[in-house]
This record gives sequence, C-alpha cells and structure tokens, in this order.
Amino acid sequence: MESVIRLCGISAILFVFGIFFFVFREGGAVLFKNFKFGEFFFSPAWYPSSPTHVRYGTLALLAGTFSVTALAMVIAVPFGIGAAIFVSEFCGPKLKETLKIVIELLAAIPSVVWGFIGLTVLNPLIIWLFDAPIGLNVLNGGIILALMSVPIIVSIGEDALKAVPDSYREAGLALGATRWQLIYRVLLPAAKNGLLAAGLLGVARAVGETMAVLMATGHAINIPTSLLDPVRTLTATIAAELGEAPVHSDHYRVLFVIGILLFLITTVVNLTADLIVRGVRRK
Amino acid sequence: MNAPMPHLFAVTPLTRKKQRREQLARAVFFTMALLLVVPLVLIVVYLVVQAWPVLSWEFLTTNPKRGMRAGGIWSALLGTFYLVGFSLLVAAPIGILAAVYLNEYAKDNWFTRLVNLAVINLAAVPSIVHALFGLGAFVIFFGLGKSILAASLTLAIMTMPVIIASTKEALAAVPRSFREACWNVGATRWQTIRHVVLPNSISGILTGVILQVSRAAGETAPIMFTGAVFFKAIEEGNLFAYGLRDQCMALSMHLFTISTQVPDVPHGLPFATAVVLLGTVLFINTLAIILRVWLRSRKKW
Repeated sequence: MESVIRLCGISAILFVFGIFFFVFREGGAVLFKNFKFGEFFFSPAWYPSSPTHVRYGTLALLAGTFSVTALAMVIAVPFGIGAAIFVSEFCGPKLKETLKIVIELLAAIPSVVWGFIGLTVLNPLIIWLFDAPIGLNVLNGGIILALMSVPIIVSIGEDALKAVPDSYREAGLALGATRWQLIYRVLLPAAKNGLLAAGLLGVARAVGETMAVLMATGHAINIPTSLLDPVRTLTATIAAELGEAPVHSDHYRVLFVIGILLFLITTVVNLTADLIVRGVRRK
Repeated sequence: MNAPMPHLFAVTPLTRKKQRREQLARAVFFTMALLLVVPLVLIVVYLVVQAWPVLSWEFLTTNPKRGMRAGGIWSALLGTFYLVGFSLLVAAPIGILAAVYLNEYAKDNWFTRLVNLAVINLAAVPSIVHALFGLGAFVIFFGLGKSILAASLTLAIMTMPVIIASTKEALAAVPRSFREACWNVGATRWQTIRHVVLPNSISGILTGVILQVSRAAGETAPIMFTGAVFFKAIEEGNLFAYGLRDQCMALSMHLFTISTQVPDVPHGLPFATAVVLLGTVLFINTLAIILRVWLRSRKKW
C-alpha cells in the first residue's frame, strides 16, 4: 500500500514531464528540420495552408494573446485587489461568507459558457455602445478574461492580506490611523508580494484560456491597433486549426510547438508566483 | 491643577477629512466587490430568460435533430456524464493517494517541494496544452484512438490538482494529536491513516471530488481532439448507449458547436444548452459549498 501511495504521490511530476514529453514528441520534429525561429517569433505572417508559400509567423498571435491578457489584467487587477481588500478588511463575517461563495461560483462558470456570453451578450452590446462593425474583438475578449481571472486574484489577494499579522493592524489603529490609512500605508506594502503573485496567477489564467477567447475575440489574425480590432490568440489558433491539420504534417507539428511555447510561458509565470509567495511565507 | 482639556478628543478638521476618506475608500471597495457579484446574477438571469421557452424534459431526453437545428441534447448530456464519470474514477483514487503521500509521508525536503510545484504547475497548464498532450499520448502513442477513454484520461489528469489540493487541506485539518494517539497504541502509519485520518477528513475530500466533477463537466478544449465529436445520435433513454472506445458528444462541445459552427440554429437552442451546462456546474458547486458549511458546523475539534 505504501508503495502505491508513494507512486501516486510522485505522479504529478510524471504527468508534468509526460505532458512536456508527449507534446514535444509530436511537435519537436519540425524544430530540427531547418525551422525558422526568426520567422516563428517575429513575423506576423501566419499562412499555414497557403498552397505556394507556407509561413508560420506567430507575431500576430502573440500580439493577440498579449493584448487580450493585458486588457484583462488592467480591468481585473484593480477590481480583484479592491474586492480582496473589501472582503478582508471592511466587511462583516456574514457578508464575507456570501461574497466568497459568489466569487467561487463565478470561478466555476465553464469557459465555453463565458465564450457564449461574449458571443451573445457583449457582442451586440459593444456594437451598440461603440458603433463598431463587429463586437468580437480585443475589448470583448479582455472583459470576458477579466471576469474569468478575477476570482483567482481575489482569493490569492485575500490570502496575502490575511497573512499580514494582526499586530500590524493593531499597532496602526493604536496610533489613530483610520482603516483606509492602515490599508494604504501598512497592509498594501506588507502584502505587496502576495498581491503581485495574485496578479501573476491571473496572467497565467488569462494566457492559457482557450474556448472563451476562441469565441469572443473575432478570429482575425491581426496585430491590433485599437481595442475594437478583432484578434486571435495562440490558444485559439491551436483549438481552431488542430482539427484540420493532417496528423504529423508540418502545420500539425507547428501547432504543437505553439503548445510547448504556452506550456513554457505558464510554467515560468507560475514558478515566479510560487517563489514570490514562498518568499512571503518565509518572512 | 485641574486645567480642563476640552479639545483633546474634539473632532478637528483633520479627523473629519480622515473619516471622509475612510468612507470614500469603503464605498469604492464595496462597489468593486459588488461589481463582481452583479455579472454573475445578470448572466444567469439573462441566460435563463432566453432559454425558458425551449427548456423541457423532452429537451433533455431527445437527440439533436436536423443537423442540430432542432431536438434536444440527450446524446451530449449522456456523453458528458460518461466523460465525467470515468475521469472521476481515475482522478479520485490517484489524487487522494497523492495528497495522502504529500501530507502524511513526504518529508520536508527539496523533492517534496518539487512534487508540490508539479501539482501547482499541472493545475496551471493551459487546457489546450492538455488537449495536445491527450492527443499525443492517449490517442496516438497508447493507441486508444479518439474515444471516451482517451478523453476521460485527459480530463482526469487535468482536474487531478483540484482533488489533490482540497484533500491535502482536509488532511492537514486533522489535528496531529489524533495521529500521535494512534501511533502510541502501536498502529502503523497506514493503519493510522486508514482508520483515523481518512474517516476524519472524508467530507473535505468529498468536497474536492465534487469540485473535480464540476470542473470536468465544463471543460471543452481537452476533449475536442481526444474523443468528443460534433454529432452522434444514440438510442434515446438508454443509459448504456456509449461504449468506452466510442466517440461521444459532450454538452460543452455541443454548446460551442451550435453557437459558432452551425448556421441558422434557432435562437433558444444554444441558450437552453448553456443553461443546462451552467445549471449543472453551479448546482454541483453549490452542493460542495453546502457540504462544506454543514461540515464546519459540526466539526468536533
């Protein structure tokens, strides 16, 4: 029994390596066959099925992922941290419990339902508000992703604030500080690493999201110049094209290479967040 | 001697300014928190209102018809049920035992840290990368083909961190003195876990399992290329209509299909599908929340 438990215990490591191994196994071959790294990272030309001149430039897709994620964070980080401050510092136990449950339910909404909301609710709303030709764009995807990543920012942010010792609060109050002064001058500086980690985890969530951005961002390969431009992200490209790419063709393998790229991005962001949180705890 | 100090606790302009700021800050943060609640309510109400005319028992129990422009969601509903069920069968035992290892056996060293990092990382790998992994590993390398089996395994690995995290928390909540008492009467580590630690944390573990179910039911990307199909008609009313090596439909995938891939779908149909999916997921989550609250109220220590 003990050995079974041990095996299950290390299974997480096996799975993570397994994911990297099998994704690399499918996609790696194309990397060693005069793969144009320069084109891959710096060319916006993504023409995987062009009959004459096939090009695999992901710059536009990277720009799509970046723009949508950035907008989502601009919305979600202030709101998430604001809500975390309210939940942790301002509200009574009953309201706190209710808010936490609502936020938990918000986190449970499946991404395809978010995408559907972007498609049917935000799309006409954006067309109506901004007189835009199409409502599926950076703005739409950004709002949806913000709503999706806010719950994780709130819960990690609240943990960070909770981790600030009560003696700090008592010392501040004893000096006659109001609660707002206390938050602004004491709690935020003390919890800043934890709040940074909350933001990073929000970023990881937004970068990796697939179905919602596939449905809500308009599906045009395009370096956006305004919030109302449609874009396409790395994740959406894989989801949209993998079904059509013949197995083990170059196109198919390049999609796996994008998968490796996503895997590396989210791993780095997460490890950074983890190191920051761990640093906080050690203090 | 008794010089009065009338102004010591008087309200000065500075205090008033401070209090105004405090009120303002409070109002701003309250609005921010409220703005998170409002969308959830609005979304649910809007979806239900739009879906209401279509929702019926018949909608749940008939197959999609006429190129998915009519009929119900039976084959998708049953497919989701299968995928969730089998992924649970795989993820629950491995996830629970992994948490037992991490909480009860693992020493505090670099290797345990690595395992913990792996769990965190596994939870953060984008769902589409899990899809690529499932395709590369289960569908192609292990030769399962696109099937319920391959899709459930992919879902299982993706949702396992949910179970590991909540089981770990539940195990950690069992006081150390319980274990020590048990060791002192001569029980082995495993006996202690089996007869003391697990029974005392079972409801916390159950919460994790329920959350895994909700997560697995909503996922789309990981099953798209590993076992879910656009359309498949199955025998209506037969709970055993799918085989393990069959491909199946799934609710989440069905919602994606009829809202983006199929033209001229009647207005209410995707809304009704969304409501069934969202309703299922929120219902399962509410169940987990109720279980947790009830459990906290009757905790003995």
